[in-house]
This record gives sequence, C-alpha cells and structure tokens, in this order.
Amino acid sequence: MDSKCYIGIDIGSISTKGVVIDSNNNIIASKYLWTEGSPINATKNVVSSLKEQLDNKNICKDVYGIGTTGSARNLIGTILNANLVKNEITAHAIGTLSRYPDTKTILEIGGQDSKLIIIRNGVVVDYAMNTLCAAGTGAFLSSQAKRLGIEIEQLGKIALSSKNPTKIAARCTVFAESDLVHKAQIGHSKEDIVAGICKAVVNNYLNNLAKGKSIEDKVIFQGGVSKNVGVVEAFKKALNKEVYVDKDSHLMGALGVAILSKNINKNGNKLNFDFNIKDIDFKTIGTECKGCPNNCEIVNIYKDGKLIDKMGGRCDKGNQITKIS
Amino acid sequence: MQNKKYKYRVSFPHIGNYYVPIYNWFSNILDKNTTKIIIPKKMSKQTLEFGSNNSPDFICLPFKYNVGNFIESLNQGANVLVQAGGGCKYGYYAELQEQILKDMGYDFKYITLVEKGKIKPFKIYKKFKELNPNLTFFKFIYRFCVAALIAYFLDKFEDYIRLNISYEEKIGKFEVIHKIFLLKLRNIKSISQLFKVKNKYMKKLKNIKLISKEDRNEKIKIGIIGELFTSMEQFSSNNIEKKLNKLGAATKRYTTVTYLLVKKPLEMKRLIKKSKKYIEYELGADGTTSVAHAIELADNGYDGIIHIKPFGCTPEENAIPILQKISKDKNIPIMYLTFDTQNSDTALDTRLEAFYDMLVMNKEKKKVDVLDNKEALDG
Repeated sequence: MDSKCYIGIDIGSISTKGVVIDSNNNIIASKYLWTEGSPINATKNVVSSLKEQLDNKNICKDVYGIGTTGSARNLIGTILNANLVKNEITAHAIGTLSRYPDTKTILEIGGQDSKLIIIRNGVVVDYAMNTLCAAGTGAFLSSQAKRLGIEIEQLGKIALSSKNPTKIAARCTVFAESDLVHKAQIGHSKEDIVAGICKAVVNNYLNNLAKGKSIEDKVIFQGGVSKNVGVVEAFKKALNKEVYVDKDSHLMGALGVAILSKNINKNGNKLNFDFNIKDIDFKTIGTECKGCPNNCEIVNIYKDGKLIDKMGGRCDKGNQITKIS
Repeated sequence: MQNKKYKYRVSFPHIGNYYVPIYNWFSNILDKNTTKIIIPKKMSKQTLEFGSNNSPDFICLPFKYNVGNFIESLNQGANVLVQAGGGCKYGYYAELQEQILKDMGYDFKYITLVEKGKIKPFKIYKKFKELNPNLTFFKFIYRFCVAALIAYFLDKFEDYIRLNISYEEKIGKFEVIHKIFLLKLRNIKSISQLFKVKNKYMKKLKNIKLISKEDRNEKIKIGIIGELFTSMEQFSSNNIEKKLNKLGAATKRYTTVTYLLVKKPLEMKRLIKKSKKYIEYELGADGTTSVAHAIELADNGYDGIIHIKPFGCTPEENAIPILQKISKDKNIPIMYLTFDTQNSDTALDTRLEAFYDMLVMNKEKKKVDVLDNKEALDG
C-alpha cells in the first residue's frame, strides 16, 4: 500500500475544516471546529487533531500535497507552506464531483457567504456568489438562534416541529431581525418563528443567487448550514425536488482542495511538512503602508520571530520583504 | 502657496488615463501665464472617502469619485472645475456637484461641457474665453480635435495592450512602454508630432515578443461589458482587467472614449437591429451596448463575459435580465459584478479566480469532447 497522503484545509469565517485523504480520495482523517476569529490557532488545532487521528489508526503517512481554501486561504497557505491555494468555489465543485459525478446543481451556504454552482457534464458552467450582503447565510442563522436562546445545533429540529411557519421578511438581515422581534412580540410560537427563519434563508438564497439559473437534478446541498435539517426541508419544499446532503457535506471544500493539491503535484515530490505545527510560534502583525494615500493594511507573518511573508498590499511596494538579515 | 501666482487653477475629474488628452487640450487653449492646470491626485481610498462623505448615500458610484477628485483638487488650490454629462444620472452630476461643493464652503467657477443633455461648442468656447480672452474659436476647436486624436490613439494603444498583455514572453515590457507613451502624449504640440510619437511607440509595442499562436489560442479570452465609468476607471473596479491578465486571460473591452463619442452614436441603430431578438428600444446609457456586445462576444468565440456596473446604475440593472437570457441561449457564462465603496480585494479575487478556473475547465472539456468525436468518427 502506498503511504502517500494529501491534506486539505478549508478556513472559513465561522469554522475551520481539515481532511487527510489517500491516493484514492478516501477521507482517512477529518476535523471540524470553530475558527473563533483566529484562523492560525484553529488551523493548529485542526492539524494536531488530524495527526492524532492518524496516530491512533497507526498509519504513518507521508504528505505529498497541502491545499488551502476559504477566506483565510492565503494566510494559512503561507503558514503551512501549501503547494496549492485555491478559491472555495472551485474547491467545492471538485470535492462534490469526486463523490457525485452526476451532480448538476450545488447549493452551498457557509458562515458568511453562499454560492450556487451549476454543473453540466461534470464541468462547472456557471456560478453565483452573494455580493455586498451576508443576508441568508449561516451568520444570520446563528445570530438569530442566539437571540431566541436556542443552541444553533437544535435549530433544525425545532423548525421541523412547526406546522405553520411564520412569514419573515428575508431581503435584509437587519429588516428580518426587526420583523422577527415583531412576530415574537405579537405572540407567534418559537417553533413557528424558527421554521420561518429557515424558510427566510432559503427564500433569500433563491431570490439572490438563483435568478435566471435553472436548478436541475441532482441537487446537492452543502456547507455548514446543510447540517440544519430545517433549511434542508425548506429547500426541498421551495424547489420541489429531492435535495441530497452528504454525511461529509461540511467537508467538501477541504476535500476538494486536497484532491486539487494531489493533482497539481505531478512529479510526486514529498513535501516538507511538520505535523507538529502546534509547537511553532506564528505571529501576525498588521501595519499600514504609508507609501501612498491608499494606506493598504499590510499583514506581516512571523514564524518563530522571523518574518516569512507580507500580504495585503495593492502594489508590490508594501508587500516586499526588506531583508534585515 | 505657489499656486496663488496663477489667477486660474483649472481641474477636472479623473477617468482612466484620459487626464492625458484633457490636460493637453486645456494646456493649449489656456494662457500659461495666468492659468495652471491641476491634474487631480491619483485615485485612492482617500478620494473615495472624501467623495462618499459628501455625496448622497444612494447616488451611483462615479458621482462619489468625481466629488472626491474635486475636493482633492480644491484643497490643492483649484478654482475652476470642469465637468461633462451624459444620458443617465450623469446628466445632473454637474448641477448637484456644484451645489454640494459650494455648500461645503469652496469658492470656484464651474464649467459644464454638456448642458441639458446637449453639447453646444460655441457656448463652451465662450466659457473658456472668459479664462483666456485671446482664445479664438478656431484654436479652441482645433485643439479639441488634437486632444480627441490623442484619446483615439491612446485607446488604440491600450486596446492592443489589453488583448496581448497576457501573451507577453517577458512580463512587464508592455507596462513600461505604456507609461512612457502616456508621458509623451501629455505635451504633444502639433498633429504631426502626435503622429510621430504614436508611430514610434506603436511600433515599439508591436515589436514586443509574444508567445506562439498555438499557445495564444490556449489562453482564455474574456469580454468586459457594462457601465462606462467602472469600465474605464480601473481604480473603481479594483483593477479588474489587470487581475484577469495576471490570471492569464486576455481581455476585450469596447467602452472607450473614442467608442462612446464617435462609434456608438453611429452604430446605435445597427446594434439594436442586430439584437432585435432581445431589445426593441434603447435601454439608456450603456445598457443597449452591453446587450449587443454580449451577443457579439458570444458569436466571436469568447470564453466568458464579465458585466460590471457601479452600485445604483439603473440602465445596467435593466440590462441584466436580458443578459441572463443571452447567457442561456448562447451558452456563454456571464458573471455580474457590482462595485461600491467597499474596497476589499479578497471578495473580487475569489470570484475572478473561480470564474477563470471555470472557463479553463470548460475549455479543456470542450477539447476532450472534440477529440472524442473525432475518434468516434475515425473508428
């Protein structure tokens, strides 16, 4: 058996996902945890958990590919010395296609963005991503759950128990929230309101992203919100179609980027990767480049006190690493 | 301030590299001894901040950039501002901006080139004659023609760059020549000199080594359509063209000043006729051309189209449902981007990269399909 393995890390705004796959795209270890505003720490925890899982299964693997995706992909890509940094849309499509080659539509709702990916004959032909506004995403669900005093994990189950979902204006998160308060104050039950929120998320998604796009079978729903059965049911009703949710639906981005990192490493060189990343001290310091009135925010990344990268500048002026030596 | 020694300090808003012909025009019709031309500061976050702090919240984005440019110029001592106008909200930019800036306490003279939707050369001439009493009508028009020619050659030059910059053998050569060309154009004195400079640099540009034709055909070609300001002023659309070029795509854009002033009025009827399956009347501003060009790009084998507009642009908003239909009929992906005062590059990078990846995968798939068909026929 060959001992090659590939790591995919998906660092989202809310949660961080990591997988280790073998050469046949099977997931041999995976981890999902909250980013909690610190992508570096979250990644460290994910990597050490992946290592633990591999150690427990007593498989010693050599890393041949590391891919990062998600909104912190560039930062983490630098830190992990990844051989591939890819946007989450491509990663999600590749991940899903590896399991469902006959997919035609991917619905994806994450913490702060939502995407609709249209696939025909195994190739992405169109996609839409929410612009300008985060209404109808996981962030909305979690803030509303908190307001209602419900654990986010329970939201879906509670929604299913409602027979008569409350109508909630879905266009804008701020308006939806005031509508929700209003509905609660005039006496709608909690279950109905929760079901209404799930419906609102779906309506918002379809109104924003699915305009002018044809949603065809087979429809796969993924991203963190796909774990919410209430939203899944609402999608089924709104689309009048079967909506599939994979058991690893939250890991598809990480899986996809791991597969891509495998494909890109054609000459098969082993990567120099240390699972004990937890012991390495990473520090980021934000500065403002004063080179011009743009005042770009530059992020300096230090590894054990040594500057390894700068990013965030619009031109090369701020991104250059001045050698102190 | 040294500026004070000039009686008139003239400034205008930025749009792309057109400050070059505008500067050339003004500097040749105004008196050097009494007038200084202030090229507005390079667009920056600060420009936008000044602009959005002092504009109505829901006005379209170009308005805010214009106001920002004006404020920065006024702070540098400008006391004469020049503004144009157009067929949408652009038509009342001038009046509103004058009022806003006056309310802010600035003292200046305001010149609008377009009044109530019409350009009246003699009236504009009179306004400039006030600044330079020695100006003759002939000189005024002649110098305008020179400036227009400069804009024309500049457009040609930049068109070639957009289409070929991702084919360069050695990256960076185009940019250097582009910068020198802009500097030379600024101080053109006569038409013959203009032709000399243009020929010299056009030749230099075309001599830059490109990759082979086969390699070029492998590259992705993306057409950019949409509203004029975000198309031409790259800062307002976060340098979308450069970003696409960097990813490896060649870009094509119709909207240039030459196109808007000369070609568009002439071919309007033809465009509507050509796209009569989708539109019957003009959509206003650049809406019609967006639709017609989407059809043309699809028919010319482009891999994808990106439609850009500033937040609040009504004509382009109207064009979107029609574009969605074209996208479906012609089987060409169209991505819609809206630009606002939000200024982060990350969101745009993600979308462009994904769009580009998608086009690459589509192209590869098509190639495989063609091969399969061939094999099936051969076998």
